[in-house]
Amino acid sequence: MPDTGAQRVLRKEDNRFLTGRGRYTDDFNRQGQAYGVFVRSEMAHAKIKSVDTSQAEQAPGVVAVFTGKDMEADGVGSLPCGWTVTDRHGNPHKAPPHWPLARDKVRYVGDQVAFVIAETDAQARDAAELVAVDYEPLDAVVETGKALNGPQVHEEAPDNLCFDWEIGDKQATDDAFAKADHVSKVELVNNRLVPNAIEPRAAIGEYDPGGDEYTLYSTSQNPHLLRLILCAFVLNLPEHKVRVVAPDVGGGFGSKIYCYAEETTCVWASKKLDGRPVKWVATRTEAFQADAHGRDHITTAEMALDKDGKFLGMRVDTIANLGAYLSNFSTAVPTYLYGTLLAGQYKTPAIHGNVKAVFTNTAPVDAYRGAGRPEATYVVERLVERCARDLNIDPAEIRRRNFVQPDEFPYQTPVALTYDSGQYELALDEALKMIDYRNFAQRRQESERRGKLRGIGFSAYIEACGIAPSQVVGALGAGVGLWESAQVRFNATGSISVFTGSHSHGQGHETTFAQMVADKFGTDYNNVDIVHGDTGRIPMGMGTYGSRSLAVGGSAILRACDKVVEKGKKIAAHMLEASVDDIEFDQGTFRVAGTDKQKSIGEIAFAAYVPHDFPQDVEPGLDETAFYDPANFTYPSGVHIAEVEIDPDTGETQIADWVAVDDFGRVINPMIVEGQVHGGIAQGVGQALLENTVYDPDSGQLVTGSYQDYTMPRADDLPSFRVGMTETPCPHNPVGAKGCGEAGAIAAPAALMNAITDALGTEDIQMPATREKVWRVAQQRLAPAAE
Amino acid sequence: MPTVTMTVNGQQVSRDVDPRTLLVDFIRNELHLTGTHVGCDTSQCGACVVHVDGTSQKACTMLAMQADGCEVATIEGLAKNGELHPMQAAFKEHHGLQCGFCTPGMVMSAVDLVQRNPDPDEHEVREWLEGNICRCTGYHNIVKAIQHAAKEMRG
Ligand code: FES
Ligand code: FES
Repeated sequence: MPDTGAQRVLRKEDNRFLTGRGRYTDDFNRQGQAYGVFVRSEMAHAKIKSVDTSQAEQAPGVVAVFTGKDMEADGVGSLPCGWTVTDRHGNPHKAPPHWPLARDKVRYVGDQVAFVIAETDAQARDAAELVAVDYEPLDAVVETGKALNGPQVHEEAPDNLCFDWEIGDKQATDDAFAKADHVSKVELVNNRLVPNAIEPRAAIGEYDPGGDEYTLYSTSQNPHLLRLILCAFVLNLPEHKVRVVAPDVGGGFGSKIYCYAEETTCVWASKKLDGRPVKWVATRTEAFQADAHGRDHITTAEMALDKDGKFLGMRVDTIANLGAYLSNFSTAVPTYLYGTLLAGQYKTPAIHGNVKAVFTNTAPVDAYRGAGRPEATYVVERLVERCARDLNIDPAEIRRRNFVQPDEFPYQTPVALTYDSGQYELALDEALKMIDYRNFAQRRQESERRGKLRGIGFSAYIEACGIAPSQVVGALGAGVGLWESAQVRFNATGSISVFTGSHSHGQGHETTFAQMVADKFGTDYNNVDIVHGDTGRIPMGMGTYGSRSLAVGGSAILRACDKVVEKGKKIAAHMLEASVDDIEFDQGTFRVAGTDKQKSIGEIAFAAYVPHDFPQDVEPGLDETAFYDPANFTYPSGVHIAEVEIDPDTGETQIADWVAVDDFGRVINPMIVEGQVHGGIAQGVGQALLENTVYDPDSGQLVTGSYQDYTMPRADDLPSFRVGMTETPCPHNPVGAKGCGEAGAIAAPAALMNAITDALGTEDIQMPATREKVWRVAQQRLAPAAE
Repeated sequence: MPTVTMTVNGQQVSRDVDPRTLLVDFIRNELHLTGTHVGCDTSQCGACVVHVDGTSQKACTMLAMQADGCEVATIEGLAKNGELHPMQAAFKEHHGLQCGFCTPGMVMSAVDLVQRNPDPDEHEVREWLEGNICRCTGYHNIVKAIQHAAKEMRG
């Protein structure tokens, strides 16, 4: 039997993608479908005085034009925020409504105002131009740092404050600072990013009046969750009458988790049109305007240290920009996915974090690859590096002095989490070896001789993944449980169908999950089919985000496999005329213990569906469903080291080397895992060097609304990466996996900025460290020498 | 409506089109070859790359009428007799794709690169890919795949 349990086997999904046979949402066309185009606000903030649709309605091919008033008349609800954050004073966060089509105000450039439906896409676009919206402009605020004193975005939220939240012990932290020998401080901007999955969002809403049923084809990372939100909160539909299909999805990175206005509107509109399917496909411009953005924090952080460089206490104050409306999980990102990670890999005994989350006239901000954890890692690792520099301690050494040690797990941090396992120093040592740290000084000199500035930067990150134990998140305000479900079915002829609530949009589940199941049953992975992305085929699910698919979804699959084995034992006992307790299962074979009496699982499966002689107490079929709720978060961790060379004459930052040593627990397919690390690092490098979302501070216009203005990392911006791994299995899930999807994006920005600031000899530069910024700083730094 | 005629993956096709129809929409909507993707509206992502008369072109940046009389090749025509083209095979072998959305454009673009430069070094590959954006892979494995494919194609 081929052992595919932990192997670099090639991906089963690749052939269809490589031959152009992938099926993405925009590749679907439904009989009689019409095309929808949104009229979006050109204003950052305005009262809607009137929306005149009469001209558009007369335009060629137009089927209908809908506005917020139509939805209001129909009782359509608000797009909900699914996580209630309780503020410092015990009050829930401010939750102003978010209508799918704006009702009396628009609050950011791109806000949906009307939906124009026509026979063709071109006709809908032409007609959308004819919708005349009369606005009364209002003052807008787009800058994170100005929100608290800016023009008010929502009546419900004075000072634009959504919540003022804290974590940790303030008194203990103040005490630590009072007795410190030294205090280091950083002021950081975590720049706003646009996720930019290369497939733009798309949707087809289809109502079937015959059965009173709805189907939504959508670019979703979590079709069941989308269905739940759509039905329970927005459109008030019976869940069993709604099917959500998320076919091949071209990348998500968080941006395709949410229940958005557009998908919702397509479903609603199809009902209004008595069942005519309505298709909408975002342009890239719309993706920039209306996909949920990521990050956007301003932070001041301080560390109290003793004279030996031991951390005594840490204080963090953050303003987090949530945009104009609360996206589904927006409130959890700068709180429970951020504040809880402020301990990093260190034993800092006292930590206090305060987060003020604010509304602005910008697109909603929610989880983007890493979600809160990149922001936390950026704060912790920039601050730790600063401490090392201030105290003149080697940056590797200061980390070593403060790491949680392998024998200290489970480790209770002062910010709520209990770390389960980790070997932080092991990863650091490995990374130092890989990058040849000992000879860095020599490399730096060599660069200097060529007139270049060389720097090295560390990032020792930790994340809380495998999201998440329902009991814990429920206590913290989550409106949903975060389990996963799986169904494992042996077909009569011995092949296996696995139905998973996880969703693959690049992660390669069809391969990894198949490997895992094949390994369990001792069969070939080509014999196992992974079915995902359709609420009509999969019993239940919560989807893919927070690096949870293998740790939570994979665990559910293994649990279902266990049930299949249990059931198989009963059938085997009957067939082998033995007691169930005497049946053993190993590598696809059921055996009566201590004998050579055995049946293969294929024979058992066949018998299960051809149960000609089954007694009353043995049920036919070999098809089991399991739900898995994780016992704890998982804690992937690792060390990334970046080495850069800066040309002070051009400001160009060349990434000379990059090593990553990650601990993801058990790895099933190293090839796929490495790919996830590469992609994550690239996004982190993008954040640190290139990407930035800019709204004009006066007009509130989105300045970076296309690939001409928003700099995506291209192939020639990036190096090849060197990826190593340590493997400390997760102690509390059956797979032993911790998750790998977000690590690169979490680790990379701090590593790169630490390297750049090391090269430049100043901390005084914020992300993205563009060529121009680096050049200016380099010139300033070199100027005194030149005088 | 004017009629356009072209050869697509070796088959002659003829359609009446709205003059403003982009080549990419023609390929996707008229010919139902949905392997060619649209990822942007500013001619930058390269998800739409096809070959027109043997060289790579962004199909979103050309009107269908401009391809009148041309030989067009899309990703669907690259594998021959059920055998992956060496470039496709190398992308699979080296995990040069994740979500697969940029992949058809990447592969078509890379085939053109190797036609022009049979032995590109890493730097040349990276420079060539300027017009193709991938958000998933960090390009690492794409670059590796292209170099391996080039070797294979040199024979
Ligand atoms: S669709 Fe982006 S370049 Fe053609
Ligand atoms: S594989 Fe997803 S964009 Fe390239």
